[in-house]
Amino acid sequence: MSQNVLERLKAQFTGGELLDTGSQHGDEWARIRRDAWVTVATFLRDDPATKMEMFTDLTVVDRFATEPRFDVVLHLYSVSLKQRVRLYAGVPEEDPTLETLVPVWAGANWFEREAYDLYGVRFKGHPDLRRILMYPEFVGHPLRKDYPKEKRQPLVRRQPGSVD
Amino acid sequence: MGADFVTGKLADVVNWARKFSLFSYPFVTACCGMEYMSVAAPKYDIARFGAEFPRFSPRQADLMIIVGTITERQGPALRRIYDQMCEPKWVIAFGVCASTGGFYQNYSTMPGADQVVPVDVYIPGCPPRPEQVLDALVLLQERIQRGEGHSQVVLKAEALAKKKGGEYDVPAMSIKPRTDHLAALPSATKPTGGEG
Repeated sequence: MSQNVLERLKAQFTGGELLDTGSQHGDEWARIRRDAWVTVATFLRDDPATKMEMFTDLTVVDRFATEPRFDVVLHLYSVSLKQRVRLYAGVPEEDPTLETLVPVWAGANWFEREAYDLYGVRFKGHPDLRRILMYPEFVGHPLRKDYPKEKRQPLVRRQPGSVD
Repeated sequence: MGADFVTGKLADVVNWARKFSLFSYPFVTACCGMEYMSVAAPKYDIARFGAEFPRFSPRQADLMIIVGTITERQGPALRRIYDQMCEPKWVIAFGVCASTGGFYQNYSTMPGADQVVPVDVYIPGCPPRPEQVLDALVLLQERIQRGEGHSQVVLKAEALAKKKGGEYDVPAMSIKPRTDHLAALPSATKPTGGEG
């Protein structure tokens, strides 16, 4: 498979923004330095050779006990050029923040809320960073590897001797 | 030889009427809803038992059928809908998720709808066969005939009378929750309703 997108990225970003790249089974991926996250994403959207119009998915991987702890994973697809790319950005546990992609693709809004809700990665500049799946009273981020998976936080319970 | 007159308790007649005119409120949250539709459709035809009419307003329903997984986030909504139903009222937990949480053992799923509302009949299965649902309905009808069910008014009046040191004279036609099955359980397994 061609490495169209990776070649464009390597030609454009020579200042160490690309930490690592790879291509497996025709799927290209690149690990991006955290401070170049939005720059690289904007370039991929606007460059006529990549044309990543479609924001497909954004999620987080918790690589517990490794450094940096979290990987934010971004999937992009070009509808017109029929090519896709996967971007990673490492986010450390002590400062779990990343620039928001909402100005680049409006569709990133709810995905970043989900990533914040379930993993606790905060997206700087996000217009409305609230929990999206769990309720506001919920404490912690349940998909982190150190959250006990059966720890429930009930909102309401029948009490012994209650009238119902 | 014909019966010139019939004797019986008024409560029995009222409960007989109640059990054949159940108006259900389907609290459908998940995939069991497909099976609920099948029960309500002509092939299995829950209407044969006098419960054909799903009312999508809790004010007009006296049977809540909890169909599907209940999440912790839904708990307050489920409880409010139950509180809004007119009395007397009954609850069926449809499927294993509504009964116990099913195979969801995680941070978000409630381990059974009975954590929040009292349940009369539990239907196991993932999803249950329509025949099981009809069986549960017949089981519920037998309970209604015996006067078992939920009435917050009666319970509140009893609690109030007890507080004042007296005893509430329960009207004959009142529906009361079943308690005799608790006495048969070993005390260690008695449900407390307060699991965290």
